[in-house]
Amino acid sequence: MATAVAAASSRVAKPPVKRPAGEAAWRWLREHLVVIYAALALLYMFLPIFVVVMFSFNNPAGRYNFTWQGFTTKNWTNVCGVPGMCSAVTLSLKIGVLSTILATLFGTLIAFAIVRHRFYGRTATNMLIFLPMATPEVVMGSSLLALFINMNVSLGFTTILVAHILFNISFVVVTVKARLQGLDPRLEQAAMDLYANEWQTFRRITLPLVFPGILAAALLAFSLSFDDFIITNFNAGSQTVTFPMFVWGAAQRGIPAQINVIGTLMFTIALVVTLAVTLAGRRRAHR
Amino acid sequence: MTAAPTARIASPTGPASVVRRKRGRFLPYWLLLPGLAWLIIFFVVPMVTLLTTSLQTGDPFNGYSLTWHWANYSDALRTYHAQLIRSFEYAAIATVAALLIAYPLAYAIAFKAGRWKNVLLVLVVAPFFTSFLVRTLAWETILSDNGFVVRVLRDVGLLGANGRLLATPVAVVCGLTYNFLPFMTLPLYASLEKIDPRLVHAANDLYANSFTAFWKVTWPMSMPGVVGGTLLTFIPAAGDFVNVQFLGAPQQQMIGNVIQSRFLVASDYPVASSLSVMLMFLILVLVVVYIRRAGTEELV
Repeated sequence: MATAVAAASSRVAKPPVKRPAGEAAWRWLREHLVVIYAALALLYMFLPIFVVVMFSFNNPAGRYNFTWQGFTTKNWTNVCGVPGMCSAVTLSLKIGVLSTILATLFGTLIAFAIVRHRFYGRTATNMLIFLPMATPEVVMGSSLLALFINMNVSLGFTTILVAHILFNISFVVVTVKARLQGLDPRLEQAAMDLYANEWQTFRRITLPLVFPGILAAALLAFSLSFDDFIITNFNAGSQTVTFPMFVWGAAQRGIPAQINVIGTLMFTIALVVTLAVTLAGRRRAHR
Repeated sequence: MTAAPTARIASPTGPASVVRRKRGRFLPYWLLLPGLAWLIIFFVVPMVTLLTTSLQTGDPFNGYSLTWHWANYSDALRTYHAQLIRSFEYAAIATVAALLIAYPLAYAIAFKAGRWKNVLLVLVVAPFFTSFLVRTLAWETILSDNGFVVRVLRDVGLLGANGRLLATPVAVVCGLTYNFLPFMTLPLYASLEKIDPRLVHAANDLYANSFTAFWKVTWPMSMPGVVGGTLLTFIPAAGDFVNVQFLGAPQQQMIGNVIQSRFLVASDYPVASSLSVMLMFLILVLVVVYIRRAGTEELV
């Protein structure tokens, strides 16, 4: 009531009544509270990234890279100087690409079956897709290891690949399914009306429309595979070392600063790719 | 003029779709075959193997054989109940903390970001593009004894002169909270983004203040995201062993650490398997109960 009167009188009287600065600040703060909080949360999320990037330029005194000693670029010019690290990265890339290709293929086929067809066992299929995502990684990793031990399978490249394809399938299905469900069926009907046969319709209409979903699924699958540690740890054996396995081992023996170089590169490359895909999607939407 | 529309309406039931239906009878099964076979052979079968392994007896040198030894479960529980309970405690605290961090963030992106929504979403996920282990090592640096955070906390008096953060439950929960944040933020955003802002305006028009409007309109409507996000955070947090390894001490060991070391270091497969089975079972019960409750009481 009082503020309303004050506001009215300030409109009438020529020299406006000066509001206390605190009140304006308080109102501004209240309006922007969520945004400020979000900005702080984002800052918090980036805090470890700053540390990773900063310590990739550190010149550590001992075997560990926890305290700042001085600036150097030698970690960047000599990335592969750490024995075993670059071959671990190469192995992770190889497994990432192979598991992404197979999981994307399998998952996309399942997504098409679930969205486009009514068949016996559909509910059970959905359940089987959901369960791996609700399974803690230790359980999934240890159950696979139990199988491999009981079957006397020797652990290595193949067992890691098998595991990575397995945990990626569900994520691909979910991602592609979402895209397929959002598709307007009339677009395909229109193509059929214009005498396109089933294959032509699929090739020219359905696939291009679903493609962003498949691409997103593939990117997700690759990043999940490249970064997986817990499941890999159970199924890698002692000879096959992926990059996360290398970091795990290094954490007990001494951490070379080059690990931070790889971490920084991963972050930068993934960020550029994702931003490119996002902005391309936005441009397509505007057209 | 009249022929064209009829043709358009008639075509979905025309000859083309008859062919499609005939051939389509077995098509879904062919589409499912490779993926489902993979899931059955490498997910369902291993779960059964895990169950049978948990009932074996023997020793690492002479091998194990199935003897239906249910006592493995009670032995495992007697020895490791502390770690099991601790896993659920830490995961629950981390989940609530992640919700408190992520909800306002997702809310701001959904309602205040305008055309920058997509770019901000990328930024929210971006920190998690670096390796999980490298990220956790970065937290080890941040929380280290001569790091900035510990120094400030000592100066302010929240930590004693020799107080530390590493090797404490606080550091482990901090790591768990941080590492699974995108799994919380993205589902929250997805459900918040679907809310029509006019519903909130309507509540305000009906004399709800902004808190009441949030509590009665926005929060209930974002429930699917809250349920999804909390589950996606809680499950990996409860099974994690990396955060304890890097940020904690043996006194903070979680069930993941035990399963990992029993399996890979001690080769004590039966006990490790029984712990895995128990973890899986508890998580599944939790998921079902949680979805039911949220589904019947909140989602309506």
